[in-house]
Amino acid sequence: MKTFITIDQIKSFLFGSRTSYGLIFNTILYSLLAAIGFVYLYPLLFMFVTSLKDMSDLLNPMVQWIPTHLYLGNYIKAYNVLNYPRTLMASLSVSLIPSLIQTAVCALIGYGLARYRFWGKKLLFALILATFIIPAQNTFIPQLLAYRDLGILGHINAIILPAIFGQGYKSAIFILIFYQTFLSMPKVLEEAARLDGASDLKIFIQIAVPAAVPSIIVSLIFSVVWYWNETFLTNIFLEGGVKTLPMQLAKFVQAYENLYPPGVVNIADRLNEAVKMSGTFLNILPLLVMYFILQKWFVESIERTGITGE
Amino acid sequence: MKINRAYGGIEMKHRTREALYGYGFVMLWIIGFGLFTAIPLIQTFLYSLNKVTVKATGIEQVFIRWDNYRRALFADAAFVELLVEYVIEMLASVPIIIIFSLIIALFLNLRFRFKGVFRTIFFLPVVITSGPVIQELTAQGATSAPGLQNLTSVANFVAELPKYLRSPVEYLLTSFILILWFSGVQILIYLSSLQKIDKSIYEAAAIDGASAWESFWKITLPSLSTTTTIIAIYSIITLSHFSENKLIRYIYLQTYSVEGGFGYASALSFLYFAVLVLLLLIVYLALNFRARRSY
Repeated sequence: MKTFITIDQIKSFLFGSRTSYGLIFNTILYSLLAAIGFVYLYPLLFMFVTSLKDMSDLLNPMVQWIPTHLYLGNYIKAYNVLNYPRTLMASLSVSLIPSLIQTAVCALIGYGLARYRFWGKKLLFALILATFIIPAQNTFIPQLLAYRDLGILGHINAIILPAIFGQGYKSAIFILIFYQTFLSMPKVLEEAARLDGASDLKIFIQIAVPAAVPSIIVSLIFSVVWYWNETFLTNIFLEGGVKTLPMQLAKFVQAYENLYPPGVVNIADRLNEAVKMSGTFLNILPLLVMYFILQKWFVESIERTGITGE
Repeated sequence: MKINRAYGGIEMKHRTREALYGYGFVMLWIIGFGLFTAIPLIQTFLYSLNKVTVKATGIEQVFIRWDNYRRALFADAAFVELLVEYVIEMLASVPIIIIFSLIIALFLNLRFRFKGVFRTIFFLPVVITSGPVIQELTAQGATSAPGLQNLTSVANFVAELPKYLRSPVEYLLTSFILILWFSGVQILIYLSSLQKIDKSIYEAAAIDGASAWESFWKITLPSLSTTTTIIAIYSIITLSHFSENKLIRYIYLQTYSVEGGFGYASALSFLYFAVLVLLLLIVYLALNFRARRSY
């Protein structure tokens, strides 16, 4: 009956062995990661806590992290100011519809680049990369004027139209994702189908697309997120028409004063940082929900699509 | 001979057919590139050489050659200052992003519990970062390094610095978390590259008596050199395209202002584009020069 612990066991418990890192290393690792994680989440925590504070908590310097009581008044105000149901629907359609189109078109283009040999492919890749580098500022004025002439300014079509031609927001990344995906897929099945007389488009739709589902999902969710958060082009092309959540947040002060005129309402209802933070939180809430449901797809995206393989 | 030629003919035909179908698949993009990128780019360049006034009937242009560019570079002090600030900010934040994302990726590459939780945290900002959200958070001071900026010793230290060093240091202090928030994708790219390195190299090195420290510098880092270049370029582009970028805001304001206008704003965006390309080239060459020497 040996119950005592040998020095070797203590050593391996503290300093690690072949199978574990040991207590000291683990403590350092976890505390470092927790510290960096806190710094990372600090803006979000700050935003969430501030959004729950009422007037007295805001003015009380003793109240830093824990509001004295649960106060949801800021959210009600922000909800009204943002005109939430309408802007939410607008944001959803402005991000979902172009994303669906962008993903379909980029899959088509990526497949063409991966499976066919043709003259000028290198040039095409160079141009695709160029579209990623060229700032939107260098191309938006002629587009603005053209959309005005077409009468689609302020309408979601102004966002959809470039996506149809593979020129949507950050489309280069999605084309490269699909190129990489189709390149790494075995050709055998497609060749067999070709011998059976299937047309090229049929092969793409019935054989290649079903095999690329992971890449399709990754492109779709990233596309939605990026379209949702894009404000430079949406501000210009949707001005005067559709109002998305980020657009409305950018004009929060003005919208607030329209709804609660500063001369009329009492001092407790004036615009303060708590209301602004509530508005910001309502703005990212749909994205947070989406992220926590689909987080595996987000964090494993790069492994799943092998985008770094080039 | 005959068979060969016939075969060559079929091969030729096959090649042409393949190319035609290939063009068919990418045709949409080629048309789109022309309509939404190439033509607008050339048109914007032409605007930049003109004085453009928008009238109810249409656009009026007066050709003034390079005057817009001259005015931007020699008469518009605000623009030049923003341009210099932009370059300094890029050169300050890109190394931070690279080092930070590499460290986090190295951590996440270890075996430990709750790894998924940390990975989720570090990628979260990518999902929620939009211009107005960042603007609201910055306005509330939520993006500065917690508490650091309010310390008097730090403030005194910053005030002591020479002028050209002060603005980048202040930038780092006020937008520290913001810079880290732009590392989400980069962390994942590093992580997937780390996982691709062959484990047997480390084992062989360990047998030869290399310490973990030595293997990091001699194996891990050299294997990541291509990834580092990709990350540097990706970071510069995302930071430069971000709608809260001060230069972008300035160009946007000039587009609709009376003294600016379409022509002047176009000239500004081309100057901005040129600086961006130059910056990418410099970073690319610098990283590749270093990488080649380390082999």
